[in-house]
Amino acid sequence: MAKAKSNTEDYLRMYRQMVRIRTFEDNANQLYLSAKMPGLTHMYSGEEAVAVGICEALTDDDRITSTHRGHGHCVAKGAEFKQMFCELLGKAEGYCRGKGGSMHIADQSHGNLGANAIVGGSMGIATGSALRAKLQGADDVTVCFFGDGATAQGLMYEVMNMAALWNLPVIYACENNGYSEYTKTEEIAAGSITARAEAFGIEAHRVDGQDVLAVNDLTRKLVARARKGEGPFFMELMTYRYHGHHVGDINREYYRSKAEEKEWKENRDPIIRFRAHLVSEGIATEDDLDAMNAEVEKDAAEAVAYALDAAYPDASEVDMHVFAA
Amino acid sequence: MREITLSQAVNEAIAEEMRRDASVFLMGEDVAEAGTPFKVLSGLVEEFGTERVIDTPISEPGFVGLAVGAAMTGARPIVDLMFGDFIYLVMDQLCNQAAKQHYMSGGKLTVPMVLRTNMGATRRSAAQHSQSLQALVAHIPGLKVAMPSSAYEAKGLMKTAIRDNNPVVIFEDKLMYQDKAPVPEEEYLIPFGVANVKRQGTDITLIGTSSMVQVAEKAAEILALEGISAEVIDPRTMVPLDEATLLESVKKTSRAIVIDEGHQSYGVTAEIASRLNEKAFYHLDAPVLRMGAMDVPVPFSPALEDLTVPTPEQVAANARKLCAGELIHAA
Repeated sequence: MAKAKSNTEDYLRMYRQMVRIRTFEDNANQLYLSAKMPGLTHMYSGEEAVAVGICEALTDDDRITSTHRGHGHCVAKGAEFKQMFCELLGKAEGYCRGKGGSMHIADQSHGNLGANAIVGGSMGIATGSALRAKLQGADDVTVCFFGDGATAQGLMYEVMNMAALWNLPVIYACENNGYSEYTKTEEIAAGSITARAEAFGIEAHRVDGQDVLAVNDLTRKLVARARKGEGPFFMELMTYRYHGHHVGDINREYYRSKAEEKEWKENRDPIIRFRAHLVSEGIATEDDLDAMNAEVEKDAAEAVAYALDAAYPDASEVDMHVFAA
Repeated sequence: MREITLSQAVNEAIAEEMRRDASVFLMGEDVAEAGTPFKVLSGLVEEFGTERVIDTPISEPGFVGLAVGAAMTGARPIVDLMFGDFIYLVMDQLCNQAAKQHYMSGGKLTVPMVLRTNMGATRRSAAQHSQSLQALVAHIPGLKVAMPSSAYEAKGLMKTAIRDNNPVVIFEDKLMYQDKAPVPEEEYLIPFGVANVKRQGTDITLIGTSSMVQVAEKAAEILALEGISAEVIDPRTMVPLDEATLLESVKKTSRAIVIDEGHQSYGVTAEIASRLNEKAFYHLDAPVLRMGAMDVPVPFSPALEDLTVPTPEQVAANARKLCAGELIHAA
């Protein structure tokens, strides 16, 4: 665990945001398993310290691009439960009026340019956002989230080349959860992941993605440097997804052992670890944190109930938004 | 009125829009000092500098992806894709990313970018540098497609494309870059979705795209000598398509041939012909005929390549038969 800082408010917000992601995911999983939620969804549980550690170092003007496993990024960047659950259920009040769903959720008001169902598909968008910032003299930074599986996509190498050539303010955040869908990443990725970025002269860091303070400290430093034109940067965040590749991937012993899952959940959980840190440092009591958890659970339950009752988009919306005015 | 080349017209359109709007920038392979292999963009880097006229590595999906992201966050990129054939390389960025952002976000995100590229055979460039892929792009909801048929059209359509808040793909015909046409000095824009009736006629409607407008006009001249009055229409934009003007013409002439340089099967000609059949069937005296490029990869040999693209003589011959009441089966 990284060294404690004195900013109690920041720490409690980070804890709360991690709990919000976990709670959101637990509810989404239930909605799916009880057949109330249509489509596909990919759970982020276990990776909370990555999204929160990074997004807490960003402002609303800073952009992110997200992945098909994107709920955590969306919550961490400031989205509200109600509009998120409405989106997951295809309701009109969703962030994308029900047209995006789990795999395309975007929240422009907080700088989330959207989840992307094409693995590695948003790397161009993130780098383009950074190019725009540089051309316009803006000081915002864009973080590109992607998984270890996406490092096998060619687009990444094309855009990292340009980002490095032009010193763009972009941070490539590789969430290495060890699996490319249903395949161990070590079976399909040669060499080291950070070396891929280093080949372009991009400064690359490997960090414990289960330690929210370590992630946050590093991100703060890199964001500040990227704002000054010292970017791009690359971060490999070592993390783990508790669920399967998607919600339907339940019997997964053929590619991943229960013992391995148990080890990560019990001994490396980012929320349990941070909670213990907050208590041992005297930043909060167990009761304080329990109360916070309960409040988040209540918020989520209310948002779910609201979303279940909310209206679907009117049929007239089906051919709206194909083109912008 | 002064006459300038299509190449100069495109250059002027881009320069004027870059002067007008600081958020417009240009990127692509060899766009700066080289001004592209066709020299269309020559001189722009001298005026606007390398910050706004950006030479990219040879990374088509990469720089098209960058344009999408820049457009989503407040810039208005113009991407130069050196050959239309490279559209295959950038399909994910164009069709999965650019085309769908506005819809997937429920109207919150917009992608105001222009992808300018080219099309056309008969340059002896062989199969991977001669394709006309407009139908492929027009098939994807969320993308607009413009096909200028002259220098005048190229300038007006380009300016409209740059100001449009959607991804627009402009296909310029490689053979037409040096073609001159009258282009006014003063500013004008050509709105999307408004077809141009190039020549009035009463017996048959010839609908051509890009260089096939010239082919249709030449066919109309041949037919005029024989007493057949052909109307020639340039739809200008495939998406949006000015269906009303096309239908109005066909209802008047009762016959039509649609000519485009893309492959005939599943192509632009098939789409337009089908709409005319569906919506003007009882006004037609003959099936609407389509004339596209042959369904073969474009061959290198001049003796073979010239056979693949519709000619004025072929269009005139088909029009003659249609007007005489002979039934023609499309290839």
